[in-house]
Parts: sequence; structure tokens; C-alpha cells
Amino acid sequence: MATFSVTQPRKSRVLTGFMALYLLYTLVPLVWLVINASKTQPALFSTSGLSFGGTFALFDNIGQTFTYNGGIFFRWLGNTLLYVVVGAGGATILATAAGYGLAKYRFPGRRAVFAVVLGAVAVPPTALAVPTFLMFSKLGLTNTPLAVIIPSLISPFGLYLIWVYAADAIPDELLEAARIDGAGEIRIFLTVTLRQLVPGIITVTLFTMVQTWNNYFLPLIMLSEPKWYPLTVGLNQWSAQANGAGAQPIFNLVLTGSLLTIIPLVVAFLLMQRFWQSGLSAGSVKQ
Amino acid sequence: MTSTAAPPAPVPARRAPAARRPRRKWRGWLFVAPFMLVFALTFVAPVVYAFVLSLFRDQAFFGGTVFVGADNYVQVFGDPKFWEAFRRVLVFLAVQVPIMLVLALIAALAIDSARLHGAGFFRIVIFLPYAVPAVVAALMWGFIYGDHFGLAADLNHLLGTAVKPLSPSWLLTSIGNIVTWEFVGYNMLIFYSALKVIPKELFEAAAIDGAGTFRTIVSVKLPAIRGAIVVATIFSIIGSFQLFNEPNIMRNLVPNTIGTFYTPNMYAYNLSFNGQQYNYSATVAIVMGVITAVIAYVVQLRGSRKEM
Repeated sequence: MATFSVTQPRKSRVLTGFMALYLLYTLVPLVWLVINASKTQPALFSTSGLSFGGTFALFDNIGQTFTYNGGIFFRWLGNTLLYVVVGAGGATILATAAGYGLAKYRFPGRRAVFAVVLGAVAVPPTALAVPTFLMFSKLGLTNTPLAVIIPSLISPFGLYLIWVYAADAIPDELLEAARIDGAGEIRIFLTVTLRQLVPGIITVTLFTMVQTWNNYFLPLIMLSEPKWYPLTVGLNQWSAQANGAGAQPIFNLVLTGSLLTIIPLVVAFLLMQRFWQSGLSAGSVKQ
Repeated sequence: MTSTAAPPAPVPARRAPAARRPRRKWRGWLFVAPFMLVFALTFVAPVVYAFVLSLFRDQAFFGGTVFVGADNYVQVFGDPKFWEAFRRVLVFLAVQVPIMLVLALIAALAIDSARLHGAGFFRIVIFLPYAVPAVVAALMWGFIYGDHFGLAADLNHLLGTAVKPLSPSWLLTSIGNIVTWEFVGYNMLIFYSALKVIPKELFEAAAIDGAGTFRTIVSVKLPAIRGAIVVATIFSIIGSFQLFNEPNIMRNLVPNTIGTFYTPNMYAYNLSFNGQQYNYSATVAIVMGVITAVIAYVVQLRGSRKEM
């Protein structure tokens, strides 16, 4: 019997060309940033935007970025890392445990958990920022790292992704087998579940990491001293300083600092793309 | 902009492990409780607190606060600053969101079509702006828009135009461009992940029926990813109503064009942090939250009704 198969379509140059135009739109600002991070401040004003100007000052700019104002950029980088490791790391752990619990256990109140978290996704997170600030201010938490870290610990998206991923990736039979062998629930989670969830966990880690690394509104509200700023708030302060009347412009440092802020995330996404992309498509099965 | 994604969709009930001992019924809480505890502190408590705040008003002369019931809400509904900001994000929503989602859909379909050279490369590069912080994106585009660093000026020179992206008439468009640049790749990925899991038999059936590329897209692919489209739409709507980062950062460049109530969220922020009107600010935040939730809910209802 002749089997019918969908023939693999031929590659299209027209489509590729069309998409290349879009690619250009995506890339031009990034290329612009790399080029301009390599210019001295005077060259920024005197040369055209997309051409290298005069001396190649990238390394000099990087040096200046790290030493300017007593090395405050380095401090901001350290703060950002702290917020990401504890905030995004904690968010991933909480979301993984809860997502697994919702996918694989039937317990009283499960529907309520579902309804509340679903509702929370519809509540815009930034609408909560002001009341959260006032509450944290009463608790004496504002202008401390905890004010940034605690709200970062909750990722409804992470919970959802692990939930649908766990429902797919972990057969009930596997858990039953482990129970018959006498393993406790925590031990099953640590030895059986986590291994099965790796692509989902990596995906959630990357997305919570981006959220925390790029977070601006929350730290802007919560922190009043530059020594606790993450990179985003610090960079904007540098930029504001450059634009104020009679101020000391440091455009070259704003640009180099911006470039340095992007690189770690871009590298993380490129290195781990196999894992996080497979984690995402498993999550979309149920949509 | 928010950068969360898909909300939980109802998961079909799985075979529950039989509860042999009554104790076992509660075991799920072991895993869910830590999340819910922090959730109560960071989501539930602020919502309740904001609502309480919105019922009081500062007494400027006497100190302390008094209970005013719904007065703050009445004030929001008659507040021209709030409605100006609201209209602005509504225009933004009506124009920017469709453009962004259609671009994302085209990109996802192209990358999924197997007709694109280097599809994997396109997928990862188009996604990359999502990894760029809104602060950096706004700073970068802000410089590009300005006259100092050339690019907008260069382009005007090249095309013989006189577009000033930072002028009042262009500014909202310019902000829309930044948001589009940041989030097309993210939405593309949502669509692409959904396209990838469409059962192959559907395409075979369509091919047997003689459907061409276009017909397959309209009759098979788009209906199959309706859920993903609804999700992306809802999150884009929430993002538009919450617009804050980009205009707030660009205020450094054009303080006279972007005022303290350019968007509702900036209004709420400035009421709190520059005006010390916490109670009224909480009211504005709640009103925006309710409007957003209602619209998101309506979109979700309409989206799922079509499916039946």
C-alpha cells in the first residue's frame, strides 16, 4: 500500500531574504551598542553611529567602567548576582516543588491553590509594587537586599511550567514503584523527580534569572542607597547624571556598562538553548 | 513591561494515587506550602493592604488618616490626569500589540515552515532582545533616537526625511518601537513552541485534502495554536497597561515631553514617591489592576469560546 507522506518543502530564498530584513532590525541596535561601547566620549559625538570612530577604546572603557566612582559598578554587579542567585534560585526551587506537588498529588485545597495562582497571574505585578513597598517599609525591610529578593521568590510562570512539565514527564507508576520500595515523599522528590524535571528546571531557571537580572521597577522603589542598587538602577542613575544640567556626562560608561550587563544573559541563553527550548515546548502541549 | 508568560491552563485531571491512609491526603501540601507562604506575603498581603489603604485619606493639616470609604475611587473616576494616561496606554495597546503579535506570528510560522535557511539561527537571534534589560533597551534606543549619536539623524539624511523620534508627536511611536523590539522574539517563541507540538497527522490530512501552504496555515496551524495566541495577547495587554520602564527611563532625555502621569503606572509611582499620596496611589493601582484583570478575563473567555 502506498503510504502518503508530506514532502519536505524546499528552502525558500524569498522567505529567507524577508526574514533577514527582520533580523537586521533585531541586530542593528545591538551592533550599534558594541560599536559605540568602543568609542571614547568625544568620538561618540563626532563620528557616525554605525562606524568605528578614531581610537578603539573598548578595553579602556571597560577599565573606566569598573573603576569609576570607587568601583561602584563592581558593587552593582555583585548585588545583581546576589539578587539573581538567591531570588531566581529560590524562585526556581519553590516553583519546582509546588508545580510537582500540584501535578502529582491530590490534596484538600488543591483547587483553591489553582484559583489563587491563576488569579495572581491576572493581577499585574507592578500594581502590587507600591503597596508592597509600604508594607515592607513598615516591616523595616526597605533599602535592604531582602526587599528585592523576597518578591523575586514567586514566579507563577515557573510554577505553571513545572506543573505541566511534571504532569507529562513523571509517570505515576514511577512514584508508586518508589513508594512500594519504601521511599518517603521527600526522598522520592530528591532522587526520582528532580532528575526527570531537568529540562523544565533549566527553562524556569533561565527565565527567572532574566526577570531578576533585568528587574528595574522593584529595586527602584525599594532601594534608596546606591550601594544596594542592581546594575539596571545603577545604569539609569549614570544616564540621568549624564543628562542633568551642568552634570558630568559619562555616555561612554553608560554604553559600556550596558554592554557588560547584557553579555552574561546572552551567553547563558546561547549555551543552554537546547535545554530550555525543549523545556518550553513540553510546557506548551497543554495550552 | 511584565516578562512573565503563560498562565496556568486547566490541566486535565490525572489518575490520583489512591489514598490508602488518611494521612497521605495532605502530603501534597509538603511541596506546595513553601510557595504559598511566600505567595501570601508577596501577593495576597499587598493586595489586601492596597485595598485598605484605598479606603483612607491623609489629613494634610491634622496629621494621620481618616476613613473615607469610596471617596478615593470617586476621585479617580473624575481625575483628568488618570484618564489622559489611561487613553495613552489604550492607544498604545491598540496599535503596538497587534503589530508585535503579527510580526511574532509571521516569524514563528516562517521558522516552523522548514522553508527557511538557517531556521535555528533566526530563532535564537530574534529571541535575543528579550535577554536585554528594559533599562538597557531604553537607553540604547534613546541614544539612537537622539541627534547626538547619529543614527536617527543619519537615517533622516539618507532618506531625506525629518523624523524626530523624541519629539512629542513621535514619542509614543518611538516607545512602541522599543517594546516591539524587546518582545517580538519572546512571543515568537510562545507561538513556535505551540506550532512544534501540532500532531503531524493534521498536516497529512490537510495535504490529502489538497490544502496549500496558506490554507494549511489558516485552517490547521492557527486554530491549533489559538491557546498560545490568547495567552500572548493577554500578557501583551497586561504589559501595555503597566507600561513604566521605557517611558520612565526616557524621561531623562525628554523631561518636558514625558510628564509625571505619562502612563497610569507612572502616575501611581509619582503619587507615592514624589507626592507622598500613598492612599490615592493605591487606589489608582487597584483601579488599573481591576481594569486589566477584567479585560484579560474577557479576552480569555472570547478566546476559548471560539474554540468550541
